[in-house]
Amino acid sequence: MLKYIGKRILMMIPVVLGISFIIFSILALTPGDPAQMILGENASLEDIQQLREEMGLNENFLIRYVKYMADAVRLDFGESYRTSLPVVEEILTRLPNTFSLAFFGIGLSVVIGVPIGIISAVKQYSIFDTVSLGLALIMTSIPAFWLGLMLLLVFALKLGWFPAIGITDWTGFVLPSVTLAIGSMATMIRMTRSTMLEVIREDYIRTARSKGASEGRIIRRHELRNALLPIITIIGINFGLQMGGAMICETVFSIPGMGSLMITSVRQKDVPMVMAAVLFVAIAISLINLLIDIIYAFVDPRIKSQYVKTSR
Amino acid sequence: MEHLLEIKNLHVVYKGDGALVRAVNGVDLTLDRGETLGLVGETGAGKTTTALAIMRLLPERTGSIQEGQILLDGNDITKASDADMRVLRGSLVSMIFQDPMTSLNPTIRVGEQVGEVLELHHKDLGKEEIEKRVDEIFKLVGLPPERKSEYPHQFSGGMRQRIVIAIALACQPQLLLADEPTTALDVTIQAQVLELMQRLKEKLHTSTILITHDLGVVAETCDKVAIMYAGEIIEIGTVEDIFEGREHHPYTVGLFGSIPDLEKKERRLHPIDGMMPDPAYLPEGCKFHDRCPKATERCSAQAPSMHMWESHGIRCHLFESGREKTE
Repeated sequence: MLKYIGKRILMMIPVVLGISFIIFSILALTPGDPAQMILGENASLEDIQQLREEMGLNENFLIRYVKYMADAVRLDFGESYRTSLPVVEEILTRLPNTFSLAFFGIGLSVVIGVPIGIISAVKQYSIFDTVSLGLALIMTSIPAFWLGLMLLLVFALKLGWFPAIGITDWTGFVLPSVTLAIGSMATMIRMTRSTMLEVIREDYIRTARSKGASEGRIIRRHELRNALLPIITIIGINFGLQMGGAMICETVFSIPGMGSLMITSVRQKDVPMVMAAVLFVAIAISLINLLIDIIYAFVDPRIKSQYVKTSR
Repeated sequence: MEHLLEIKNLHVVYKGDGALVRAVNGVDLTLDRGETLGLVGETGAGKTTTALAIMRLLPERTGSIQEGQILLDGNDITKASDADMRVLRGSLVSMIFQDPMTSLNPTIRVGEQVGEVLELHHKDLGKEEIEKRVDEIFKLVGLPPERKSEYPHQFSGGMRQRIVIAIALACQPQLLLADEPTTALDVTIQAQVLELMQRLKEKLHTSTILITHDLGVVAETCDKVAIMYAGEIIEIGTVEDIFEGREHHPYTVGLFGSIPDLEKKERRLHPIDGMMPDPAYLPEGCKFHDRCPKATERCSAQAPSMHMWESHGIRCHLFESGREKTE
């Protein structure tokens, strides 16, 4: 198992290299001169030229990339063009916000969506099932930015239960998390329902019934675990999607997170900041995918046996 | 003495997509303690449905017992509550399912799957005692107990069938329903499994209903035989009645006639012409009449009743006034 995890971590290296190269190329190809941005509209040509020389911008694109990566490996991600502060500092204050947001969003959609999906499957074609289908349909159809604004309007401005801006304590996370959760909750409900329906029809469920097990026990012990794999997959995929969704949410709720940081940095051609932000997010998502794969192995012994050589 | 199992006039239907599928149409059966009954018939004759009805495990949404009684140890289980059925299932009556490859839960260790039955029905047993019992059952069915912590995918088909049998036998049920326990297995494993079931029957004194379409298996293991066709028992008797008796239902004659004789040189096999009727649209009269070589006009109008001589019964107009008449 450890060997497998090691292998997977090594496999992250080409992924991260690829992503960094693509982002670096895109930033280099887009118009706009960072030196010009730093010095402003009225800077003289000589000043700009001098700054470009200092920043190494006159060198070949490939050489710049290699230099950047060489620094990055030593955990030196450079300083922001905008603030002249180390980019890592800025990212490390913002990354937890975005991750908490994505985490709470996913958590909420799992905690609510999975049970609804299970009940829908067990009571297929019942009123509950029909209502949950309608609910899921509505939830996928609502755009996140609109929902966020509506929640703000009702719960922050009218009722004043939650703050409208920022995240000073946990109450600040409630509205953005709900906004994020609603979209993925719909997938969660439908996915859980369909995998549960598949498992319910399996022969081994009939075997469990023939043993005299109660319906509750059958769901908990026999059905849920087998239905869990596709659900975990969805959670993994959603985590990546949530990073995108989080950007919208951060804008609507004015939360200092990775999303808003990346958008402003791209606009201002703050290359070190964008590069570092993308790399951190990419590594984080890769690690989460790895975690998902490891969880697979613990849920399904058939997958585990592919990783581990049995002693027999 | 009271029969262990008595089925009276059992009717089972499946509803779905507007059609009403009559899978079992008036089955009568009795089974005494320690007896083995072979339930023989083509695919779709209603054998498995009969067994599932006894377990009360018909598909919830579609299948239902429409009429009849199933007396298990004197109690009518068609009227039992779900909670009462849960107590019976696994302890008094249990079932060996057809396909060992899909009948075991892939995410639970096999030892736990066997132990679960004990856990459910012997609440007084501690963890260690259950483990001990599981080891014993594993030995009984010829599995090494040290493999109980492995998962189903680590076992071969024959081994898995033994696990399925171990689950069914864990609580020493009085009635065992074996639904084609050997069909999915190759011949050598088949022999082993049948021998195992035979041994267990002697040891635990279990009554068995063996569902199969393999007449050879029936001849070797059963005391009684019931032949099913289109949801009815068309002939019933002791193994001697069926395999050595001279009078048979025309369908039984066709069934045996379709087995090639090893000593004769035959160029072609002799199947029964035609197909079993669609259970959603059963014909009037005798359900076999349109395939029957001896059918008369009466057969297509009036359903025959079961004519019994001692242990042997045939559902056919030909035998209405006794067996001498046909000789």
